[in-house]
Formats: sequence, structure tokens, C-alpha cells
Amino acid sequence: MNNIISAVVWFAIISAALGLILAIASKLFAVKTDERTEQIIEQLPGANCGGCGFAGCAALADAIVTGQAPVDACSVADDKNIAEIGRIMGVPCETGKERFRAQVMCSGTNALSKKKYIYEGVSDCVAANRLAGGDKLCPNGCIGLGTCVSSCKFDAIHVVDGVAAVDYDKCRACGECVYSCPKHIIKLIPFSANYWVGCMSRDKGPITKNYCDAGCIACKLCEKACPTGAIKVTEFVAEINYDLCNECGECQNVCPRKIILSNRSQQKSGK
Amino acid sequence: MSEMFLIIISAILIENYIFVRFLGICPFLGLSEKPSTALGMGCAVTFVMTISSAATWLLYHLILVPFHLEYLKTIAFILVIASLVQLIEMFLRKSVPALYAALGIYLPLITTNCAILGSALLCIQNGYSLINSIIFGFGSAVGFTLAIVIFAGVRARVNFAEPPTCFKGVPIALITAGLIAMSFFGFQGIKLPL
Repeated sequence: MNNIISAVVWFAIISAALGLILAIASKLFAVKTDERTEQIIEQLPGANCGGCGFAGCAALADAIVTGQAPVDACSVADDKNIAEIGRIMGVPCETGKERFRAQVMCSGTNALSKKKYIYEGVSDCVAANRLAGGDKLCPNGCIGLGTCVSSCKFDAIHVVDGVAAVDYDKCRACGECVYSCPKHIIKLIPFSANYWVGCMSRDKGPITKNYCDAGCIACKLCEKACPTGAIKVTEFVAEINYDLCNECGECQNVCPRKIILSNRSQQKSGK
Repeated sequence: MSEMFLIIISAILIENYIFVRFLGICPFLGLSEKPSTALGMGCAVTFVMTISSAATWLLYHLILVPFHLEYLKTIAFILVIASLVQLIEMFLRKSVPALYAALGIYLPLITTNCAILGSALLCIQNGYSLINSIIFGFGSAVGFTLAIVIFAGVRARVNFAEPPTCFKGVPIALITAGLIAMSFFGFQGIKLPL
């Protein structure tokens, strides 16, 4: 018993002494940093997502102070924070930059798409992709093992029924999931965009039809229906040019495969 | 005097930390890309190891032994070394920012570096006096620096030597390290009258 008490007491004393020395040293060796750096770090989201191209929020704050990065370099911070950073730096800064969101361009859920084998390996899309391109027959379909989910710093993307789905309110468009996806089927599209094509299969119509009930067969009906020429079929898959799209919804109405999706239709089907 | 000389020679060459004892391999591989950073890391390790040898010897003989707490020496040493590294980190950040930036993540890594802890524990195990402990710590660190600088020099040349693709990067570095380690084993033949 005595042994234990003396051990506890002495370790407490040693720790306290070391703590004291460190506290004194931190005052003694305090480095004067630009106070604006600290202020900017407070305005940044602190997720260290790396979406700006710097090592983290602190590195970006340094770069902003030294003028290596523009004040609105952070794609994640909202307008209020960006305006505040502009005020700290004394730079007028235009807010109201267009907000983006990530969108998974696949709607081949477990029920709709066919599989070529049963995958029982590491739960990671990159690993599965190495095995003949994943378990789905479609070479451009969501593998659904959630590499994007683990890459997301904001808990904004989840796998629902075998396909990743983005929670638009949480998504800050940092682009991490876009880089992490081995199939390259996640894209950043304007936040306000209502419609997107839920398929990226670059195979010809009959082949796509064979392995997925939610695949674009490149029938070009949407292309003909679009009044502004915003939707084009290239490489056997429709793609929307958001600079031209006027959100009329004609393409959604004519699509025989019902794969041109909108915010409303996705919510109706229940995420 | 001759004993001190023998301890230094033994620590630097015969019982070299990296090539013979295989301690401190992490910074050895991580920081040996450029001879200049390798030298910086070597200096940091030398500094920390010499001071930590003295600090841990004092702690052991002044506090742990009188109160029969020898069995807790590993934990106590980790505590002291971690604080020391923190202290050195603050010092470097203030006075040598260039070295601080060059060492980056590896300086905090010294905190849990097995070479530093190993030297502190070996001093106690070998029953050195305070002076001999400091000399042993210093000698071991010089051996570490020697190893990492030699290795960085070799690696700088290997980069131009075009090894087969499958050996590029870490594999060829490990093979190189193995070859240097074999040459260091040549010193094993010297039997010092310690």
C-alpha cells in the first residue's frame, strides 16, 4: 500500500514540475505570430479538408496573410466568414459566389443493377475496383462501399441502397469525394441546379440496358426535347450543361428510363 | 578517461543505434531524403539524447531508487523525454525557425522515439555513472547522426542510379540500409575491454 502511495505522489510531483517548466517555457519562447492568422483561422471551418489546395486551415490562413492565396480561397466557408476574412485583410471581397454541391451520377441501386460476382473483400471501393472493376456489371456504376463516405469531412455523403447519396444541406463542395471515387462518377454541380442525369454508363444502349434498369441508353429524346440545347448525349450518355439549362424539366418528362432526376423526385422516392 | 573513449567508440560504431541495435528506424527512413535535413535531425536527436540521458539518470538515481520505484522507470522516462522534446520544440521555433520548419513532424516524433528511450534505459541497465551516461547518450546520438547522414548521402546517389521500377523508392532504400548495416557489423570484430 505504501508503495502505491509513494508512486502516485512522486509521479504527481514529477508531472507537476514538468508541467510548470513547460508553462514557463511557453511564455519565454512565445513566438509572435501575425494576429490576423489567428483571426482568419477562427473564420475558417476548421475541417482541414484540403479543398483549397493547402495543407489545412492553418496553412491556408498563413497563405492568405502572406498574400499567396485570395481571401475567398476557401470553398467551404460560407459568405459571412469569407466577408469577415476580407474585412480582417482589408480587402473588399465579393460574396455571393455561386455555391456548388456534389452529386453522385448513378442511380443503379441494388434492385436496379445487376452484379457480376459477390464481393467479400475489404469494404472499400478502391479495393473492389481493382477486382475487375467492382461487383456491378456496369463499369461506371457506384460500387457503394463508401470510400466517399469515409473521405467526407462533413458527414454529407452516405450510401443508400447500394448507391452513394449526398446530403445537400451538409455538402460544402470541398471536392474530397470527387477525388476519392475510383469510378469518377461524383461531380460538383451548381447548388441551385434541379436536374441531373443519374447515369454515367459509356456503353451503348443495348449493353447498358442489359446490366442496369436505371441506365442511359443514349436514345437522345432529352436532347431533342431540350429547348436551350443544354443536354447533349456524348459517349452514349446524356450530360447537362448547367450554363445553358433553364430548369424547364422537359428532359425529365421525356426520358423513357426515368434517370433524369430532380431534387423533388429524389426526395419523393425517399432517401 | 580511457573508459569514456571506449564508451564513445562503442556507442558510435560497434553498437550503432540504427545499424546494430535497429532503434530509431522511423526518422532514419523518413528524414534521409536530403543530407541537410538528415544532419538537422541528427543534431536534434543529439541534443535531446544528451540532455535526456542526464535528466533520466538524475531522475532515476535521485527519485526512483531512493523510493523503490525502479519498476516505473519506463513510464517516468517517457514523461521526462516527452516534456524535454516539447521544450526543445518551443526553443527551436523561437530561435531556429528554419530548422523547425525542416524537421516538421519529425521533431514531435522524437517524443516517442525508441532510440531516445532506449539510450536512457541502456544507461541504467549498463550501470553507468552520470558522466558516463551523458557520454553514452552523446556517443549514441553521434552514431545515429553518422548513420542517417551516410544513408542520406547514399540515397541521394541512388536517386540517379535508376533502379528497376519495382525497387524504386522505399525498397531500394531498405536494401541500401541493409548493405550499410552489414558493413557496420564489421566493427563487431573489435572487442573493447569494457
